Amino acid sequence: MNKSVTIDREGLNQLIIVLGGMGFQVVGPTVRDEAIVYEKLGSIKDLPEGFTDEQDGGIYRLKRRQDQSLFGYAVGPHSWKKFLHPPERRLWQADSEGSDFEIKPEKLDTTKFAFIGVRSCEMHAIAIQDKVFINDKFVDPVYQVRRENAFFVAVNCGQAGGTCFCVSMNTGPKVEAGFDLALTEVLENDRHYFVVEVGSKKGEACVKQMTHQQAQKEEIAQAENVVKETAGQMGRSLNTTDIKGLLYENLEHPRWDDIAERCLSCANCTMVCPTCFCSTVEDVTDITGTHAERWQKWDSCFTMDFTYLHGGEVRASTKSRYRQWLTHKLASWQDQFGSSGCVGCGRCITWCPPGIDFTEEVPKIRDSETQSLKMS
Amino acid sequence: MARKLKPKVAVWKFASCDGCQLSLLDCEDELLAVSQEIEIAHFPEASREVIKGPYDLSLVEGSITTPHDAERIHKIRRSSKSLITIGACATAGGIQALRNFKDVNEFVSIVYATPEYIDTLQKSTPISEHIKVDFELRGCPIDKMQLVEVISAFINGRKPNTPAHSTCIECKRRGTVCVMVAQGKMCMGPVTHAGCGALCPTYNRGCYGCFGPQETTNAGSLSSQLKRMGADDEEIVRTFRGFNAYAEPFRKESELHDKENH
Repeated sequence: MNKSVTIDREGLNQLIIVLGGMGFQVVGPTVRDEAIVYEKLGSIKDLPEGFTDEQDGGIYRLKRRQDQSLFGYAVGPHSWKKFLHPPERRLWQADSEGSDFEIKPEKLDTTKFAFIGVRSCEMHAIAIQDKVFINDKFVDPVYQVRRENAFFVAVNCGQAGGTCFCVSMNTGPKVEAGFDLALTEVLENDRHYFVVEVGSKKGEACVKQMTHQQAQKEEIAQAENVVKETAGQMGRSLNTTDIKGLLYENLEHPRWDDIAERCLSCANCTMVCPTCFCSTVEDVTDITGTHAERWQKWDSCFTMDFTYLHGGEVRASTKSRYRQWLTHKLASWQDQFGSSGCVGCGRCITWCPPGIDFTEEVPKIRDSETQSLKMS
Repeated sequence: MARKLKPKVAVWKFASCDGCQLSLLDCEDELLAVSQEIEIAHFPEASREVIKGPYDLSLVEGSITTPHDAERIHKIRRSSKSLITIGACATAGGIQALRNFKDVNEFVSIVYATPEYIDTLQKSTPISEHIKVDFELRGCPIDKMQLVEVISAFINGRKPNTPAHSTCIECKRRGTVCVMVAQGKMCMGPVTHAGCGALCPTYNRGCYGCFGPQETTNAGSLSSQLKRMGADDEEIVRTFRGFNAYAEPFRKESELHDKENH
């Protein structure tokens, strides 16, 4: 990595301003309503300086740190999919005149986003959504244009969250690909700096407009150390050995009933998941009946409408819906898209109100299988 | 698509606060368009003019609390082609259904100077316990845009878009941070029917459950979670006994935690 440079806090501030000047809408982590969310950034003042989070099943608490770090926390309730795959959007409108009608296609919103602080698990999640939205025969034009226009400033995690398990899923904590710039935040004694790895020509062009130094060997070593330490702090872990076979063979396991007793069918896990991509389509008319609109909205496999066919719902029980979600995420996703659907970000654990944690549930199924093998 | 006659719409009131039917007058921007598409034939809050039935659509607000109302609703049903209930009173018995958990005669004897003048039923019940209802619009009060949507759907002969999933989905779509997970606030959102656009959580309050139970309510799990957050049985009873206290999943859950039942 001879392309590494270092910048200080002012350099990072310049990056935000430079990106703004290049026509990007700069978005990234900021504190709002007791959490770190992804929203518009004007300068480094908007970043969650000196904040961190504590996370566990169903619990997220914003806390103060002892230092002035700008990225000293794990992922929060938002993910970048809200920018690349907007939660609600109009697809087209139609107006009728006499017996005829005219369809007005929606103007493509070509907002260029610069994402600041994208974590390794999130880069992987975006790569997974790419397979769904653009890498196949059917392309989502909004996702495509936003994805192609986006500028990625990744951040190597300096701290793992209580529900993180990217190490188990091979998705982090070090950012490997897909970024324009990748930062590692280093705080040592009185010095606060970022080692910046340049990942693209666009990234290089940005660096040229920022105050920067060539990174020294020791600085690079420090940065590598930060990531190594994070990898050792994972709040959760998951044994993924033949997880597909394990789940496929245990579709009638009693543990699913146990989970269903706790599951609220509220859909929070799917909404916060950075790879869940399902949406529904609503057709509406105005009261005159001469104007119609089609809207696409985030949907979830936990709603009844999701599998409603003539005569009723295919998955009427909570048990069947939870099982469907988890087996899709960890098993049939592999058949469908060639990778796991889980990146180990832990959001589905933290933001589940009763704190259902599949890193606890899957081992329960695995253990009972091991036991029954021993008995037979 | 020329329509020969405007559909005749009637608005009826039972035991309620009028808030839901006033949502129709509150439509402001949409009111002109609405009044051009429908004939308001019976709506005493808006006009003294009353056009005789039968009606194409009746919007019914309020719950059944008196023997007289229990008869009146049947007459309204007979004169209405379609009948839609609006609001928590008409759909679940309303806040006045709190009396269903006590002896109403005791209230009557304490509240009224001459209790013998009071002719009331033991329970406040939803309209659907008395007659066939074509559609129930949730909320306390209803959301005016949902009301316009339901009327538009009725006029245009289509299904209204009023999803029955949890309020959490509305929070997440608008980017609201979960107040229960991030702040430890009690919130009915996970068991509550969507429709308000997640109003309270967006203003940093827990959901009060104004829209009643969602399609697959797991009230027991929410109670367990509220207990873990420090709530006692009394608080859980109060949480479930709001505007939709008599809606079955909420009623059953509050009864499980109500000491008077044990």
